[in-house]
Order: sequence, then structure tokens, then C-alpha cells
Amino acid sequence: MTRKISYIFNGNATETEIEDHLTLLELIRDRLGQTGSKEGCGSGECGACTVIVDDQAVNACLYLAAEIDGKTVQTIEGLANPNGTLHPLQTAFIEHGGIQCGFCSPGMIMSSKALLDENPNPTEDEIKHALAGNMCRCTGYVQIFDSVKAVSAQDEQEIKAVAWKETQ
Amino acid sequence: MSDFAVIGKPIPKLDAIDKATGRVKYIQDIKLDGMLYGKILYSRYPHARIVKIDISKAKALPGVRAVITGEDVPPKMKLGFYKDNPPIKTGKVCSYRDEVAAVAATDLETAEKAISLIEVTYEALPGVFDPEEAMRKDAPLIHEKHRSNILKLPWKLHYGDVEAARNEAAFVVEDRYSCTWVTHCCMGTSGAIADFDYANNLTIQTNTQIPSLAQKDFLEALKAMGLTEKRVRVIKPCIGGGFGSKLDTYAYEHIAILLAWHTRKPVKIMFDREEEFKATSTRQPAIMNIAQGCDADGKLLFRDISMILDNGAYTSWGATTPSVMMMPITTLYRVPNVRFKAQCVYTNNTYAQAMRGYGNPQATFAIESSIETLARKAGIDSAEFRRINANQSGDVSPQKFRITSCGLNECIDRVQTQLDSNTSKEKGVGVGMASLIHVGGGARIYKSDGCGAIIKLDDFGKAVVFTGATDIGQGADNIVNQIVAEELGLLTQDVHVVHTDTDVCPWDVGAHASRTTFVAGNAALGAARKIKGQLTELAARVLESKPANICLRERVASDKTNSKKSIPIDKLLRKAHFSAGGQMLSSEYFYDPDNENMGKDFRGNLSMTYAFGAHGVRVRVDVETGKVKVLDYVAAHDVGRAINPLLLEGQVYGGVMMGIGYALTEQVICEKGEIMNPNFRDYKVLTAKDAVPITAPVIETIDADGPFGAKGIGEPGCVPTAPAIANAIYDAIGVRIKDLPITPEKVLTAIKERDEA
Ligand code: FES
Ligand code: FES
Repeated sequence: MTRKISYIFNGNATETEIEDHLTLLELIRDRLGQTGSKEGCGSGECGACTVIVDDQAVNACLYLAAEIDGKTVQTIEGLANPNGTLHPLQTAFIEHGGIQCGFCSPGMIMSSKALLDENPNPTEDEIKHALAGNMCRCTGYVQIFDSVKAVSAQDEQEIKAVAWKETQ
Repeated sequence: MSDFAVIGKPIPKLDAIDKATGRVKYIQDIKLDGMLYGKILYSRYPHARIVKIDISKAKALPGVRAVITGEDVPPKMKLGFYKDNPPIKTGKVCSYRDEVAAVAATDLETAEKAISLIEVTYEALPGVFDPEEAMRKDAPLIHEKHRSNILKLPWKLHYGDVEAARNEAAFVVEDRYSCTWVTHCCMGTSGAIADFDYANNLTIQTNTQIPSLAQKDFLEALKAMGLTEKRVRVIKPCIGGGFGSKLDTYAYEHIAILLAWHTRKPVKIMFDREEEFKATSTRQPAIMNIAQGCDADGKLLFRDISMILDNGAYTSWGATTPSVMMMPITTLYRVPNVRFKAQCVYTNNTYAQAMRGYGNPQATFAIESSIETLARKAGIDSAEFRRINANQSGDVSPQKFRITSCGLNECIDRVQTQLDSNTSKEKGVGVGMASLIHVGGGARIYKSDGCGAIIKLDDFGKAVVFTGATDIGQGADNIVNQIVAEELGLLTQDVHVVHTDTDVCPWDVGAHASRTTFVAGNAALGAARKIKGQLTELAARVLESKPANICLRERVASDKTNSKKSIPIDKLLRKAHFSAGGQMLSSEYFYDPDNENMGKDFRGNLSMTYAFGAHGVRVRVDVETGKVKVLDYVAAHDVGRAINPLLLEGQVYGGVMMGIGYALTEQVICEKGEIMNPNFRDYKVLTAKDAVPITAPVIETIDADGPFGAKGIGEPGCVPTAPAIANAIYDAIGVRIKDLPITPEKVLTAIKERDEA
């Protein structure tokens, strides 16, 4: 069975004809050709595929594409401001060593974004909890926490000011 | 304070911005026009005769372009240094990961379907899954041709007189330690795309840590296919983690080559996570018997180790890990009498590879657990015991390793201070320590330990460096960049590093042995010095000064003796280019360290310098559940010089976390040859929830031979982690766990056994 879904993808109204069984990750990577979101396991265990659907971080590898009908999807490609300014989380991950091989980074950054949008000043435990589904084999997480903390310490207003949503 | 403009600065990873925005391309993300998808059929038995393979149904499936079996593999196409592993098997299979057939199809689904249509008839053979059983005369033979399951590898040394030293020793301890399979779990799974042009030259995009050696392997493969005098170009996409997993070429790469050859189309083979667990290699498991003894003052007198290594069904670098185990065995602490023997044994299990530390974590687990036991037996504080025996600059070890810079004592001090400062006498809490030595200045395993670098400067004051080094996320690109920028008076953003393509990058033996900073760094420095010579001459001419007076810094060439005389470097370069007899600057340099291949008796100075470190950990053990919680961790390392402290700390944190997983949670559960936990639910990589506070003091000993004094730091972070934790557990509850990983069940069993005794 195929069907047509309409959704906002990284700020753009989008329509796609999909099969019922297509996953959101397949839609994003194979149909839309946006390869920033990664597949590390394909079974909901590593978080490399994390994207944000209507403010919620989800594992795109488990999420059916059909379910985004009428919703808003944001991936790593849609995080920086279209004028080229990076999201503060991107800057922080770069500057604090939160990225080594980088394979976990898109998912890690999107999970962190969902966390900070909801809770701009998380405790270390809250950060650990929010990122528990995002595996990283390179960093030992230390500099990833540093990265998230660097942003959470900033003024909430400042974060919002450069988030792409606010610029629409 | 040092007077460097770029060295020692925490410059973010050069490609981090592309990674943070989702722009970089991993092998997962690459598609070529007309590309086919390859898939491999693996064995259903750990040991069986292949009676018949029927590929007719698979071949008939629309969309299938090629189906190949062992019959299509040229007999000379073999993998691994022992050449016992054809990329697709004929006659019989010796492990579950044995490749039996492969297909190429227009899409992945069709390829998968085709694989399921291949009918293989097997005749099961008795298997052997325990290396000690496999050593018995009546054990089933894995490779009949080999006539024994014991590999003919020469891992045996004896320096001094261990028996005599043992008789003299005031205290002796003797134990058996063991460690099982763990695996790299690179977040990016393996994959390759092979593509032939019409002159039969091969381009292969693949995840590799050894572009030059892989190129050689693939050239040999082409030769076996009858394609002589052809060219192979290896392109590395961005690599999602290495940790040693990519130090050999794999069957899937060769199969992609064969399928591309059969179809005349680019063929991509991409592993999913389950395949990654089942069909890539592990760290070498080991059974280790160790005896050590000291005199009444705590001076080590001897170390005697024998090991049995489960080689699995085929031979990759895992079987050569004893060559690196020898380093801690002969040279961690001063120990005059040493004996070591390791036997590698074929079984019907999965086979091992290089993995961060290359045998050192296994050997150090036995040595440092045993050192702690010995210190306690001798009644000497274990940190003090380590200091009594610590290596010193100027030492030559029994294996003829020449210790140059050595910060081991400072590392031990730092660890002890930090552990003492948090002393709490809480019940169930304990502290433990362990030290490490590792190669820090290359490792001459291969005939060459070299790396090349080429630099070209343009009209705009920018440099491009072509390096042999491989970046796998560790920051090889940054190190090369910072060294060249510093030397040429440029800024980081002026230097672009190219490290991805054997067509343009010079030779390098590979990203192994923590050698990249030292060897690729020295190569880059050598090339930069050559250009610097030309630049200073040019500047001296233009500024009417002497080359010796010219200083290059932050994009400007100036005269140290006259502050009025200066010229921007880009302008200087244009002047040189656009004048009569125009000149554009470029240079190349090949650096091969002055280290030695080990001789017949394994003596020889393997590395130009050695990296040292000490780790300390505080744990809490819950005696009801057996759970071990790491409360805090300190990892002090002698790094020579920190070229980039940010990335250096990242190597240590990541290494330590991997080491904690090795100590406590990770194991590939292999039952009768079958991997039972090929997913992240059941294979326990530590997550953010398990993260522990780690401090990473850096001891700078400014090594005389290192680039700007630096030594390697890629692997040391995970070398002494397991014994430090095992020692802390002993300190906490008085039981010694000798088998990794230290699971709650093992802790509970050990407590029970102790209480019953
Ligand atoms: S790829 Fe989706 S959780 Fe791993
Ligand atoms: S940076 Fe490599 S997995 Fe996280």
C-alpha cells in the first residue's frame, strides 16, 4: 500500500508518496537524500538516527514514515540557521570535543536539542538520562556532557534566538 | 610557558563542523551511478563439509546480476598474514562467519532475497570451541592441511634465568587470568564500494586504517584474478570509528571486488549491525598463566608468563598480538628475568583482529593484577611497590627497549595523590591502581614504519598537506595541521590536510600502534622544515636580511633583529611566483623512525620512545547484587607533549570508557561458535548513563625525538583500566576476579567461594 503524506521537513512544506512499511529513516536518507541522520543499528538501540518530530526526539529507524503526516520533522541538516549560523549546540559540540568520528553526533546533537528545548538548564543526571539512548564509542561521553552543559549554561533567550524555528 | 602559536592549543577537530551539520559522507552515505548491492551468505554450521550449493533460483531472480561461490574465487586469493582464509570458502566451512556465496543485485532487497534462495547442503563435522581442547591430539582438525590446530608461530622468549630468580625470590605469586572476546563496536558499520574502469583498474572506497597496505592486498587480489600490472586506488570516506578493526582487509572487500569484476558495475557491500557483530573480528581472547616474584625489598626478580590464544578458524592480526604483549611483559617495570610463551590455537570460533592496545590490555590485566597481589604478599604499599620498580630514563630493558623520556613515576604520584585526597573508609568502597607502557614512537612491526608528507603552498598563503596518516576520528588531521601551521607561521585555518586517497597521499604503514602523532607528525614536520627553509630564504632576500634572522609567525615573515622589516607570507609567496624564474613552493618528506625490527630472539628497540601512564579508580561493590560502580577515575599519561590538549583528553576519556566496558560489561557471547548477542541490547557498550567522572592529568616529558616532543596516546587509555578496576574490587571486598569481564555473577560467586573457604 502506498499513501501520500504531507509534513514540514526542516522548515519546508513537503509531500511524499510512501509505502506503509517505510521507516522515517528510510524516508529521510533514501527518499529525501538527507544523509546526516545515521543508521547505527536499525533497531532502536544506538540513537544515531535521532531526529525531532514535533519537539520529540525519536529513533527514526523505528518510526514509521506514515506517522509524520501533518507533523514537523527536523534533522541535523535543519538545525543551523539558513543564514549559516550554527545552532549553539553545534558550536558547543565542535568547541568542546563532543565530536570525534562523528557518527553518533547528528543523533547526539538532536537528542540534546530536544532536551534543552524542554529543559534549558538540565542537571548532569538529566543530561545522562536524555542521552542514555545515544551511544558513542569514541568520546567516553565526557566532552559530550561538556558540550551540552556549555549551552545549557547560556541564557535561554540566546538559545532560542538562533534556533531555526524562531527565524521562520 | 611555551612560545607556540598553534602547538598546545585546544583547536577543535578540523572536520567537526561538517560532522556537526551532517555534511560529511561516510561509506553509508555514498552511492555511485549504476551501483549494485552485494550481500554475503554465511555458513549455517560452525564446522561442516559443503556438499552442494544450488544457486539456480537466486540467479533466476529478476534484478540479480551475479551470484558467486568459492568456485569463482581464484585459488591464490587469500586473506590475512597467514593466508589461510579465502574470501569465499570451498569444500568446508570452519566457523559461522564463513562466507559461502555472494550476490550482486540492483537493490538491497533483491540481494537479500537472492541470498535466501541459495540452497546449500552441508554435512556437519564435529567442532572444537575450546583452545585447550583443540590442542589435544584427538581434537578435530580445523585445517587438515595444517595437521595440527596449533599455529606454527614463534612466540617464545627467555631473558636471564627465570628458574634461578624464582628460587631466590622472597615472595612469589602465581595465577591464571583470562579474558574473552570483545569487539570494537564502531558506530559506523563496515562497508566498501568496488569499481573497475574499462582498463581494469580498481577504485575501492572502503573503511580502512591501512590505505597503503590495503592497496597492496587488493593489488595481490587483482593479480590472483589474472589482472596484472593494474592500478588500485583506495579512497577512504569519513570513518565512523576504527579502534584497530580496520587494520586488515576483510572478505567483504574482496567479495565486493569479485562482484564488481563479474558485473562490470560498482558494487557496494554494507554491513548491518548484526553482520558487524558476527562477521568482523574481535579483540584476541587469552588464557594467561603468570608467576612473578620479588626480593624482600620489593624489587621484581622475574616474570614468567605462558598464554593460550584462541585463534578462531582463520588468522588475522589477533595471532600476532603476542609481539606487542611482549612489551609490557618484558618492560613494564624493571624486571631482569623474563620468560614468555604464547600458543595460538585454531578453533571453530570467530577470529580476532587488532583492537586498541593490540594485546597490551590483556597482558597488562594479568601483569598488574599479579603485581598488586605480589605487593600485598610482600607487605608493601602497592603504589610504593610500583615506584620501587618503575622504569627510568636511560634504562635498557631485557628486550633491548631503550627508555628515553619516562614519566611513569610522576604518573603514579598523580594518581596516588588524587586517590588519597578522596579517601573514604566507606564499606564496600575500594581503590585500585595499574600502570602501563606502550609504544609511543612508532612500532616497527612491518619492514617500514614510515609515513610520507607533501606540502604545497599557494598564492594566498594557504598550505595543502597530503599525508599518509589516516584519520578515524582521533584527530590525525589536526595533529598534522597544527605541526605544519606552527612551523610555517600559518594559522590552523590556512592549512588543509588531505588524507583520504592513495592517488595523492604518500605511503604510510597505517593508523596503528598509537604511531600517527609521532610518525605522521615527524613526516609533516620534516616537509614543513624544508619549505620553511625556502620561505626564510625568500623573506631574507626581500627584507634584505639573513635567513637565520627570519621569523615566521601568524602569517607574517619578519626580521627578528629589526621590527620594521616584515612582509605577509601570502605576499611573499606571490612575489616568488610572479617574478622572473617564477617559483612556487612545495616539499615532500618521508619519515621512517630509527626504531628496530625485533630480531630472532625478539630483542630490538621496537619504538623510538615509549608512552607511560598510571590509572587509579575508586569503586563501590554491592555485595548483595555483585554490581560494581565506578565512583571516580584518574588516568595520568606521559604524552611527551600535548599538541592538542582537547583532542588528547578525548582519546584518554574514550579509551578509559572502552576499558571500563572491557573490565565490567562487554563480551561477545560465543556458544559453540555461534555469537548469541549480536546487538546493542545484549552486548553492553557503556552508555551515557554509565559515564563516570574521569580526570586525565597530562605529564609532559618533551620527548627528544617526538614532533615538538610528542608521543602517541591513541591506545594507552584502555590499557590498564581492567586491572585497575580489578585491584579496586579486591581492595573493596577482598576477592580477586581473574576473568574478564567482571560481571555481577562472577563477583557474587567469588564472594561465596571466599566465604565458604
Ligand atoms: S539506528 Fe536507530 S537507534 Fe540505532
Ligand atoms: S564520536 Fe564516534 S561514536 Fe561518537
